[in-house]
Amino acid sequence: MSETKPTARWTLWLPLALFLGFIALVMIGLYRPADREVASTMIGKPLPEFTLRAAVADRPGLARADLADGKPRLLNVFASWCVPCAVEAPQLATLKAEGIEIAGVAIRDRPEDVATFLARHGNPFARIGADDRSIVQLGIGSSGVPETFVIDGKGTIRYQHIGEIRPEHVTLLREKLKEAAQ
Amino acid sequence: MIAEFGLAALWLAAALAALQLIAGALALTPRGAALAGLVRPVAVVQGVLVALSFAALITLFAQTDLSVELVAKNSHSMKPLIYKISGTWGNHEGSMLLWVMVMGLSGSFVAAVERRLPEPTMLATLAGQAFVSLGFYAFLLLSSNPFTRLSSPAIEGAGLNPLLQDPGLAFHPPPLYIGYVGLSVAFSFAIGALVTREVGPAFARAMRPWVLGAWIFLTLGITAGSYWAYYELGWGGWWFWDPVENASLMPWLAATALLHSVSVLAARNALRAWTVMLGVVAFSMSMVGTFLVRSGILTSVHAFAVDPERGSFILGLLALNIGGALVLFGLRASSVTEGERFTATSRESALVFNNVMLSAILGIVLVGTLYPLLAEALGAKVSVGPPYFNPVSAIFAVPMLLVLMVGPLLRWRRDSLRRIRLQIAIPAVLLVGTLIWAASQAVGLLPALGLALSAALAVASVMPLRGRKLRQVKLPVWGMVTAHFGIAVALLGMASDAAFTTERLVAVRAGQVVDVGPWQVTLQRIEPVAGPNWTALRGDLAVSYKGGSVTELHPAARTFWAPPNETNEAALKTRWNGQLYAVLGQATGDGRWQLRLWWKPFVPMIWYGGILIALGGLMALLGRLASDLKRLVARDKIAYRRMRQGR
Repeated sequence: MSETKPTARWTLWLPLALFLGFIALVMIGLYRPADREVASTMIGKPLPEFTLRAAVADRPGLARADLADGKPRLLNVFASWCVPCAVEAPQLATLKAEGIEIAGVAIRDRPEDVATFLARHGNPFARIGADDRSIVQLGIGSSGVPETFVIDGKGTIRYQHIGEIRPEHVTLLREKLKEAAQ
Repeated sequence: MIAEFGLAALWLAAALAALQLIAGALALTPRGAALAGLVRPVAVVQGVLVALSFAALITLFAQTDLSVELVAKNSHSMKPLIYKISGTWGNHEGSMLLWVMVMGLSGSFVAAVERRLPEPTMLATLAGQAFVSLGFYAFLLLSSNPFTRLSSPAIEGAGLNPLLQDPGLAFHPPPLYIGYVGLSVAFSFAIGALVTREVGPAFARAMRPWVLGAWIFLTLGITAGSYWAYYELGWGGWWFWDPVENASLMPWLAATALLHSVSVLAARNALRAWTVMLGVVAFSMSMVGTFLVRSGILTSVHAFAVDPERGSFILGLLALNIGGALVLFGLRASSVTEGERFTATSRESALVFNNVMLSAILGIVLVGTLYPLLAEALGAKVSVGPPYFNPVSAIFAVPMLLVLMVGPLLRWRRDSLRRIRLQIAIPAVLLVGTLIWAASQAVGLLPALGLALSAALAVASVMPLRGRKLRQVKLPVWGMVTAHFGIAVALLGMASDAAFTTERLVAVRAGQVVDVGPWQVTLQRIEPVAGPNWTALRGDLAVSYKGGSVTELHPAARTFWAPPNETNEAALKTRWNGQLYAVLGQATGDGRWQLRLWWKPFVPMIWYGGILIALGGLMALLGRLASDLKRLVARDKIAYRRMRQGR
């Protein structure tokens, strides 16, 4: 190259410096403890008033009064079309086997689909309400499926678990139920 | 079988990319020269294999194979076929595979057809392309395998985000990706040129069609994306400065600057280091945009659920590719900086000015997009929106548009403004006249400036044709004129949307009439309708323009059940002079319905302008390709004649 001018100039390193600054910034953003999940603002508050028809033939429907009978229980928001809901089925079965009562809310589902889902993955629910228009779901501050709420004997929401229940979450839920019983 | 075939093809393509990188790098050394012949064929086969892998994924989605995790998570058997197919890239893994496929295919294409570059630069370019691809292959194969099988097949798929179930959104990612990834070719060219220190007009001519092609697709993708946001979100706006929108705007700004500086390099052998720098920056912006959108560190109306592990992986790739390229740039650029000289009043100067302004706008968009992150690192939560972006980008856009009216009229190297004073005078008068008129309409400073600049630019952009025989004007010049005129058209749409929109939010009973601008809108009834995988409440509106003939509009609120979601389908009535935009809201409970209505004069000009800009790019590309072909044919003829004479 005829007009080569081999002087190293600091400006040529400026883009790299800016880029390193960018990397540093997003590293902070990426590794800072995430608080991006949408926690319900209903925690610590009583459940809203609702009555849901039965989602399947062999279980009764669900109303607020059913959840305020003095016994703490889990309220599981699920749907037959939801893949993670199938993932958490064994954990729900474990909890039920320990004598914990679980109420279900089926979101935007058809009775035959719910029945197929339960036949395949087991039915841990004592009652299942059909929430066809997500009214109860929105009312308790849930933003997706699956979510699981710990309800104490007076119908107050004590704890919210977002996403599927994996084996490592079972102990925590058990403890939260114990706390709710006191 | 199909999933396993797709995965095998992907692994094989990755292995070939590794081979391409190693052979290409070794072939640059004196001892490895024998490997040089291997690089091009390997690049071609790699592209074919990754395309087969993508075809396998499309097939899985089309068949709704629920034993594949990705399909089960993102599709549903009840979905219409075209959304099953578009579901292939409407998710993280699939869109990454689409990305690698476009990259592999463009690599094949470069390897197969590009003959202008010196062979060492070509080898370095293909090695660079393989290096970038390898990172993405590793990402797909190690962290985001699209072909993973479920241990037991799902009964039913989880669905596709209903917002994506729209033709506009289903099919606007592929053009955007072709644009993003087309820039990876420019990036690889820049790397190749830095490695071999061959930055000159030949390099610029080889790179230019790629930049042009990528830029055309980006322009179309952004235009389509903007129109989608306009009617699908039902918010009545067309640009929200959302991180996802910015992620496509930033590479476009860089590519626009690159497009102009590559022309200077091709024609005048100037702006060498700057062109190489922009080649690196343009693709970097594609990657940075992808990272910002996919890592989930910024919040956006477009939901992409992604975990930090994947974010870290892309960040690693980013650091390696861009960081590496910038180190190379720092080491080598000083030996390629100098070029031909030019004076302050010349075509080159105008283009340098345009480059600086575009880069400044790119800078402020980047800063605005990252600012929430910066603030959060300092402990505050903020969001940056139009109040920042609009005026601050206008500070640079206004002078750029003013120079745009003059630049194309100037000659290369040196010129005087006196020579073109008549051509400048006409737009200048128009500019001042429109500004005075707009001020009398009290439309606000930015819209008034926009209207005035649009009127002046519309005239100024066709000035380069003045006094020429139109039949003899070359296609690339027509392209420039069309694209610049397109900017004027788009600007008219943006400015009149800001200046003249009228909005009504009302609650009405069936039979009630509402006036919005020159329109009378009557709500006739609300009725339920059902689609393939949704139900909806649909409003029947009777609308008439200034009491003229009555037509019907049907805004609807749709409810999807897999996954459950609600979308608002806005209804639009387009006339030559604007659009009526209607959105159906909630029932108020007393038998009335909320109705949101806008009359937006000239708003479709925004998208017509976008299409014109892309069309201009296409004309320039075809013109360049035609002259390249002519040169190639001429060269072959000479070679043939020599061969015969040699006998």
